[in-house]
Amino acid sequence: MSPRREGHTDVLGFEGLLAAKEIVVFCGSGGVGKTSCAAAAGAMAASQLGGKVLVLTVDPARRLATALGLEGIGNVEREVPPELFMEAGHEPRGRLYAAMLDTKRSWDELVHRHAPDEETAYKILENPLYHNITARFVNAHEYIAMERLYELHQTGQWDLIIVDTPPSRSAIDFLEAPTRMAEFFGGRFLKLITLPYRAGGRVGARVLDVAARPFYRLADRVLGSDFMQRLGEFFLYFQSMYDGFVERAEEVERLLHDRRTTFAVVTTPEAAPLREAEFFCEKLDEFGFDLGALVLNRVLPDYLRDPAGAEAAEVLRHPRALAEKLADEFPDLLTPDITESVLGTISDNFQNFSLVAMREAEEKRRLGTAVGAIVQIPHLDHDVADLDGLLEIGAAMFERGAGATTKGSAPLRP
Amino acid sequence: MNASPPFSPSDRASALLDRRLVFVTGKGGTGKSTVAAALGDLCASMGKRTLLVEVDARGNLTDFFEHARVGFAPEEIRPDLYCMTMNTEDSLEEYLTIFLKMGRVSRLSILSRVFDFIANAAPGVKEILTIGKIAYEATLMEGTAPKWDTIIVDAAPTGRIVGQLDAPAAINELFEVGMVREQTDWMREILADPLITALAIVATPEEMPVTESIELYEMTKRLDVRLQTVFVNRVLPELFTTGEEETFEHLREPAPSRYLEDEVKGSIEPVFEAARLAVRLRRSRVEHIRRLKASIPVPTLYIPYLFVRDHGQRSTHLVAEAIREEMGL
Repeated sequence: MSPRREGHTDVLGFEGLLAAKEIVVFCGSGGVGKTSCAAAAGAMAASQLGGKVLVLTVDPARRLATALGLEGIGNVEREVPPELFMEAGHEPRGRLYAAMLDTKRSWDELVHRHAPDEETAYKILENPLYHNITARFVNAHEYIAMERLYELHQTGQWDLIIVDTPPSRSAIDFLEAPTRMAEFFGGRFLKLITLPYRAGGRVGARVLDVAARPFYRLADRVLGSDFMQRLGEFFLYFQSMYDGFVERAEEVERLLHDRRTTFAVVTTPEAAPLREAEFFCEKLDEFGFDLGALVLNRVLPDYLRDPAGAEAAEVLRHPRALAEKLADEFPDLLTPDITESVLGTISDNFQNFSLVAMREAEEKRRLGTAVGAIVQIPHLDHDVADLDGLLEIGAAMFERGAGATTKGSAPLRP
Repeated sequence: MNASPPFSPSDRASALLDRRLVFVTGKGGTGKSTVAAALGDLCASMGKRTLLVEVDARGNLTDFFEHARVGFAPEEIRPDLYCMTMNTEDSLEEYLTIFLKMGRVSRLSILSRVFDFIANAAPGVKEILTIGKIAYEATLMEGTAPKWDTIIVDAAPTGRIVGQLDAPAAINELFEVGMVREQTDWMREILADPLITALAIVATPEEMPVTESIELYEMTKRLDVRLQTVFVNRVLPELFTTGEEETFEHLREPAPSRYLEDEVKGSIEPVFEAARLAVRLRRSRVEHIRRLKASIPVPTLYIPYLFVRDHGQRSTHLVAEAIREEMGL
């Protein structure tokens, strides 16, 4: 369909990708349906490919949690009841689990693991700066997602882990998170801040280095010396975790580069998300990550670009004469005035949607030359409210045609 | 809608534009930046001297005007419309220069970098440098009149806006002394003045954007800044009136549709399907709009779905015109 990039996994399509990889990381800008796509891919993989599949999500729409048969998803993996698959007309080959990333808890666990002793761990966790720092410092949110993924993968109990990444300021934050986490702990700014509190190995003693003096004078004046002290102490404790942290960050980084790991970039065919997606694809390539698929979500149906439809819509732009003829022909059904207005409306409507569909097609064509595997998901006219809905998205991803796996909602194609 | 007498002037749809400082937030993908840009466009076209501030993103707000990127210093990108990109390092340096009377010593830039590092760690510091700069612009006078008639801020998304707006209050808890602490009172005064400052939320009629908007509205109750307006973006209009819908269904019956098919030369089926698609899309979204309106008691303005996918000045202007119409201006 689209030009394929040589040697890429997409020869097998998206289905093959899910069968071949152990980790698929879904990325994309906010509001493109990333969470639904990740969950749909997981549901489809569990249903069609078998094995133990885990969807690690960040902040699922409540509706999505309900769709997975889970009243709220916690940090601990929970199985999606197989009965739900049965109800949706599927006999699943494998098992589907879902877990939600609890950032705060995951960070706490990380501190407990890497702190040299319980007392240090306690001091870090109790520091008022701790929460703030883990909430956003050096891409803390992104880092912890990758860290949790690593941990889950290490357990060896999953055939496939699908990750729905948190919405980032920039999608690129993810890829850099492990590296930047390691850099941060070795950084010179951190040394400068903790310097005065290290003298004599005693926390709290502030002996000023000549070179650092102007900095502290200014810092005290602007931020207050109390604050500077708390900050220094905090980082000093934090640094005691340095070795463990850096080692771990490097392992996480290695896993993301592993050939068992791939990335799926999700976007809608709108200008802004598309630009973000293209940028992200370039970065994946630059950083040496595997771009498995580009998922194009909410694509308008093909019939909107049907030339025969366009011809009809053009004729209907001036519907008066036709409306009168129709009203003559079917007097018990139609009146000329309302018929005229309806024909005019549906003509306008077709031309409006057709225009957008054309632009989408053009964007797709452009993308086709840049990315190998493109997965298209039709613009659904309803919210994804249950597993059935997720499997409908999944079927589109597997190019199985909407009708093949769903029973409830009618396909959009005529 | 707002049944309770006495009539409050801030219930007017256009009240948002009476404020000097407007923060625009919204979930990612809802068109927050589009609406902020359109508000800037609208205010400037009304002859207001307008400053458009980009806070969060990658500095591409000027794309909405097909203009090259701008930096920290406000730049006039079209008559009466100035644009700037927030940068906390520059903000800190400006602050030190103004309040500490420090010259732009070269050493300062290294210090600012260190500060920027700290600002990342300390709760509220980065935010206070952002909010501080914006509030500072709102206090600037030229002669006896404020320098800016309107400042429109393309602010942080719903998930982070509270941290941003609440920074001056939060910082009091952490800093006992120091200049940062001393600065918070005047900022809070500006943010808390409902005649100066207002918040606007942008949502699309979908589950998550609406849910996040409602959650944010609940949180704003304890903030200094008051929620003034909700924009519902990309609203599909009702295609048919009730009578028309019946006629449409009749037209789709076998005999009339065969007749039509012969008359229009092409194929009528795609045109029917497109109409059904529009009706279904509209219906699936109506419930979300209803939920939004029922939960947030401030003026709700609708911006229609634009059948263009371009993000240039053309669509910015179309959105501005839609807002103008909704505000009854």
